[in-house]
Amino acid sequence: MIGNALIIGLAFAYLGLLFGVAYWADRRADQGRSVIAHPTIYALSLAVYCTAWTFYGSVGRAAASGLDFLTIYLGPTLMALLWGSLLVKMVRVSKAERITSIADFIGSRYGKSQVLGGLVTVIAVVGVVPYIALQLKAIAWSFQILHHYPEVRMPGDGDQPLWGDTAFVIALLLAAFTILFGTRQLDASERHEGLVAAIAVESLVKLVAFLVAGVYITYRLLNLEGVAPPPSLPPLSPDIPPLLDWLAISGLAALAVMLLPRQFQVAVVENGDVRHVRRAIWLFPLYLFLINLFVLPIAVAGLVVFPDGDVDADTFMLTLPIAFEQPWLALLVFVGGLSAATGMVIVETIALSTMVSNDLILPLLLRRARGRSPPADLGRRLLAIRRGAIVAILLLGYLYYRFAGEAYALVSIGLISFVAVAQFAPAVIGGLYWRGGTREGALAGLSAGFLVWVYTLLLPSFAKSAWLPVAFMESGPGGLDLLAPLALFGVVGWNEITHGLFWSLTANIVAFVAVSALREPNAVEAAQARLFVDVERRAALKRATLWRGSAEVAELRALAERFLGVERTQAAFGRFAQARGIADPAALPADGETVDFAETLLSGAVGGASARVMVASVTDEEAIGLDEVLSILDEASQIRAYSRELERKSLALEAATAELREANRRLTELDRMKDDFMSSVTHELRTPLASIRAFSEILHDDPDLPLEQRRRFLGILVSETERLSRLVSQVLDLAKIESGHVDWRTEVVSLQAVIDQALAATGRLVAERGIEVRQDVPAAPALVWADRDRLVQVLVNLLSNAAKFAPPAAGRVGIRLVAAGPGWRLCVSDNGPGIPEADRGLVFEKFRQSASGGKPLGTGLGLPISRQIVEHLGGRLWVAGGTGKGATLCFELPAHRPAQAERGSDYDQTHPDHR
Amino acid sequence: MPHTRLLHKRLLAVFLAALLLLFSPLVLPLEGAGRWFGIPVLFIYLFAVWGGVIAAAAWVLSRLGD
Repeated sequence: MIGNALIIGLAFAYLGLLFGVAYWADRRADQGRSVIAHPTIYALSLAVYCTAWTFYGSVGRAAASGLDFLTIYLGPTLMALLWGSLLVKMVRVSKAERITSIADFIGSRYGKSQVLGGLVTVIAVVGVVPYIALQLKAIAWSFQILHHYPEVRMPGDGDQPLWGDTAFVIALLLAAFTILFGTRQLDASERHEGLVAAIAVESLVKLVAFLVAGVYITYRLLNLEGVAPPPSLPPLSPDIPPLLDWLAISGLAALAVMLLPRQFQVAVVENGDVRHVRRAIWLFPLYLFLINLFVLPIAVAGLVVFPDGDVDADTFMLTLPIAFEQPWLALLVFVGGLSAATGMVIVETIALSTMVSNDLILPLLLRRARGRSPPADLGRRLLAIRRGAIVAILLLGYLYYRFAGEAYALVSIGLISFVAVAQFAPAVIGGLYWRGGTREGALAGLSAGFLVWVYTLLLPSFAKSAWLPVAFMESGPGGLDLLAPLALFGVVGWNEITHGLFWSLTANIVAFVAVSALREPNAVEAAQARLFVDVERRAALKRATLWRGSAEVAELRALAERFLGVERTQAAFGRFAQARGIADPAALPADGETVDFAETLLSGAVGGASARVMVASVTDEEAIGLDEVLSILDEASQIRAYSRELERKSLALEAATAELREANRRLTELDRMKDDFMSSVTHELRTPLASIRAFSEILHDDPDLPLEQRRRFLGILVSETERLSRLVSQVLDLAKIESGHVDWRTEVVSLQAVIDQALAATGRLVAERGIEVRQDVPAAPALVWADRDRLVQVLVNLLSNAAKFAPPAAGRVGIRLVAAGPGWRLCVSDNGPGIPEADRGLVFEKFRQSASGGKPLGTGLGLPISRQIVEHLGGRLWVAGGTGKGATLCFELPAHRPAQAERGSDYDQTHPDHR
Repeated sequence: MPHTRLLHKRLLAVFLAALLLLFSPLVLPLEGAGRWFGIPVLFIYLFAVWGGVIAAAAWVLSRLGD
């Protein structure tokens, strides 16, 4: 037995917890330390999508018709994948325009229309109030079922006194909660921190309750006594509905998850940071996935435990723990269901009350005050209206529940509500991507869709509840079969939801597009269209540029103060002035920008359409024609294009500057190198010149010099002159190669021939120094494409270097020619002192010789020239081998392949081996 | 911006794959596919694809900024 006191105490304790959480979060927000500014909290708050209908109803649907309950969750999963662009865009627009509800969104989009906002509000209230009733019913049911513990008894219609009716008490409590945390301030575009925190907690509670119950019931199902192992479990139909319905209802749920007033409230209005959407793209579907994981096992368990069908499948969640005699589990499920229902009711009521006060009642009040400035206490009055609306909506829901009770009209309301809000889709999604929609178009579309919805879904549900003659459903009004509500225009055999969705959306879209096509959008519509469609490129486009007229800043401030209070208005104007670089808010110019700021500020409290009317009442706006608006807008986009062009050019300029700087750096470097080279050359030239001059002077001044000495001096003169001319010709050579003025006579050259020629040229030096030359050369001709004379020059250079550095008498010089990859490698080695590791790069610099050679033995230009030549011929020259065993210099040249040779080249035909 | 565009492209790819796997005639043959350890194969398939879609979206977002 679970006492009444325990159940009620638990319910109150739970609601108390919600109050506590909300209060705490509001306090934290006031201190500037928001607890809800977190993407996970955002995703959890979106889970307000899962109502009591999910918590209890999914199991019922699964038991009755298999897998079709999944449509309600698979659709939103897919929709979430598109949120990265779609929902982000809605959030951006709403932040910029301070949108307060979906009615405000649609009204603002189509020229800030009050009528449109009002129509959306009516549709939302008519479509959603029965849905709220369903939640209250779920709460009342769960009370009554739990009350009968340990008996499993279905709740009867037992007439209770009003005050004993739990649903009524709960409705009042929820009204109190919503008023307390949902209407703290008039600015509805500000976030309700406490409320969102409470909703996130509720989402956690219902998920945990469902998972715990699911695990336990599945465990019991697998261990049921007297029932055979799983394969023979009752054949719960594991099928999905026909593909058309499967797709249509998923699509419907996908739209509902964005367009239901409560979903719009948590996803768009309460969004604190547009980046939070990204986490929700996968976290929200994950939530849906988890909460559906155990639906099927629970449905199967229900069908096994209650085989007679006298227990409503919608109550399996609660009746199964009772049947298993688990009072605590039953209480946990009860709390889970309570949280699912209350979360939905609270957020839905807030959203609807904002819409009713801003888009329905306020426009009526303003109309009565026609033209005159709104009354001074309108702000406080509006807050009272909002509170009254909350109570009224909840009472309406309660009355519907009392009145409809067990009727079909209530039981089937979930999907019917979804279809009602799906009517917003063409206006919202079309409005975000299509500039052509007009106010009349949106009005026509919404009205047509709504009327068809009433006709094909609402009235039949009344008929099935026996409030209307059933005959009406079967044959249309006046016996016109073609107009039968469930088979419009002869469409038979469709699921009624699919049928109603198809016809209502068709009527909606056709009317929206057709009526929009009647005329061009007017000035305000065109401006709003740009603001919504191009929200991502807002930077260069401001509505302010479209405003012309005269206004008084003081009056604008006074108007804002009436709704936002003196303090908040002052702060907002102060921030605005600061952003414009004006110290004193009173000195703000009364221009378009200021007027636009005041209007947007006001929008957050009273909605875009009403804000426009009110601002217009205190300012004198000149009408701007459509042509002018369009030209201003075009100008804006032209300026945007110019600035983009400018940016591109300045980037190009920057790149060019950098290139120039680099070129200059290289020039300076080359200049420095040239100077170095010049000074080295002059230094090298001076040394032989100095000795030539000195010996010439001796010979000139001293005619009595002995012949022997005279001959010796003349010998020195000759050799120094030779050295000098060699140096000059090498400098010339190097200069020619470096400047590219050399005539390269390239042809097919056999390296063997080059070696022979070079050995002949250095033969005298080698013989003089008594050096032994060893050759290791393959017999097959090694062919390369090169300039023969230059190659000989390189090899002569290497050989004479080797000969110079090899020790006299015992010197050995080796020549080795091998194939290396795609080319030939020729190495010349000696047994001289070698080249230390550190000098190996230096020997290729001009006028550098390896220090280990002691007295310089060459001009210091041979190796640099050789390297230039080899590199020009496409090869490389480098120092190989270790020290101690003499120096080895190698070069590689790419092998010449006859196939590559041009026809008629002077390829040596005498070589037989030419593959 | 190119970053965001890449993100949208990848999520769109996941969306289209999910559409094909969950809402096309591909699902139909599984209705009569019987049971696996007493669990309808269709049920397992739907939840596996569902979980896979969520994992793919989470992976895409973890790679490109969450």
